[in-house]
Amino acid sequence: MHELSLGQAILDHTLARAGDRPVRCVEVRIGHLRQVVPDSLQFAWEMLTESTDLADCELVIEHVPAVVHCNACGADTTLDLPVLACAACEDMGVELRSGEELELAWIDVAEGAR
Amino acid sequence: MGRFHRHTDGTEHTHDHHHDHDHRDVGDHSGYAETGVSRVAVLESILSENDRVADANREDLVAGGVWAVNIMSSPGAGKTALLKRTLVALGEEVRVGVLEGDIATSLDADELGGLGAAISLVNTSAGFGGECHLDAVMVRSGLTRLPLDQLDLLLIENVGNLVCPAEFDVGQHARAMVYAVTEGEEKPLKYPVMFRAADVVVVNKVDLLPHLDFDLDLFLSNLRAINPTATVIQLSARTGEGVDEWCTWLRQHLVSADQASASRT
Repeated sequence: MHELSLGQAILDHTLARAGDRPVRCVEVRIGHLRQVVPDSLQFAWEMLTESTDLADCELVIEHVPAVVHCNACGADTTLDLPVLACAACEDMGVELRSGEELELAWIDVAEGAR
Repeated sequence: MGRFHRHTDGTEHTHDHHHDHDHRDVGDHSGYAETGVSRVAVLESILSENDRVADANREDLVAGGVWAVNIMSSPGAGKTALLKRTLVALGEEVRVGVLEGDIATSLDADELGGLGAAISLVNTSAGFGGECHLDAVMVRSGLTRLPLDQLDLLLIENVGNLVCPAEFDVGQHARAMVYAVTEGEEKPLKYPVMFRAADVVVVNKVDLLPHLDFDLDLFLSNLRAINPTATVIQLSARTGEGVDEWCTWLRQHLVSADQASASRT
């Protein structure tokens, strides 16, 4: 249930950026290796914003695949399991290129005050 | 997934969210149709505020000459038993503080009392009905109750949980994970965030191995697939076997931290 803490952190960030302007939509980018459950985060967001003036603010969760670059064969492959190995040649000498993201990408704000 | 909407005119509905539309086109769903909408790029870690406080904790610890390890595990893996052994083994040689995170009760903190360590209890139930992890702010408040300038080592006992504590930097210098052989060989594959985060994996309850069908080699190969570099220490907090190796690991880091701090001054 760290989704609730993440939801609160997203909300704090959003309010800090938006000031008193209305917020229409928020997008977060969550890496595949982060073990965040999208439905739980969505549920936490709705709970946290319910009966506030962000109740209509939509949370968009972009899933970022885990991509590794293989130092042996040079391939960039996408991981399904979190096992850090090249999907092409199975070598374990890989560098993680994406999949650990936990970031607030953008917010859509309207003019005027909330 | 469906998103419930309540509009300023009082109408309510849900609609499915598709990722092929432009979010700037707020259309009929705006409720603010009279105003324009602009996109503000943020591109910042969701946990940046936590990380900022964690860095402040780390600075305070370094200033006090304290090296800190964040100890994580599932409930019942043996964190408290290991801590008890550690306090006894290090004795008066190392000045130890314990920051004890628990959702509720002071049972673990009570158990560690009287062994010479300064103890600070942080009950996480002040959060939303009991946070499942320590975060940097909770640890910051716990640090205020410890005499940092009189300590060498801080053992942070996180809340028993194999998922959430791994996500939150609390200002530690190293992360230790306590894993019990009763938990099954596949756990690194199921809880990769935790196993990836660990600098050292303590494999506890090895005294039970003769009684279990546990395949230690399979566990170790699963662990290596997730985290190729972590130090692995096998021990039994119950019998004390292997605890020396753990204490040596702690001492080595204390010495390196001392040398690093001496070279800075």
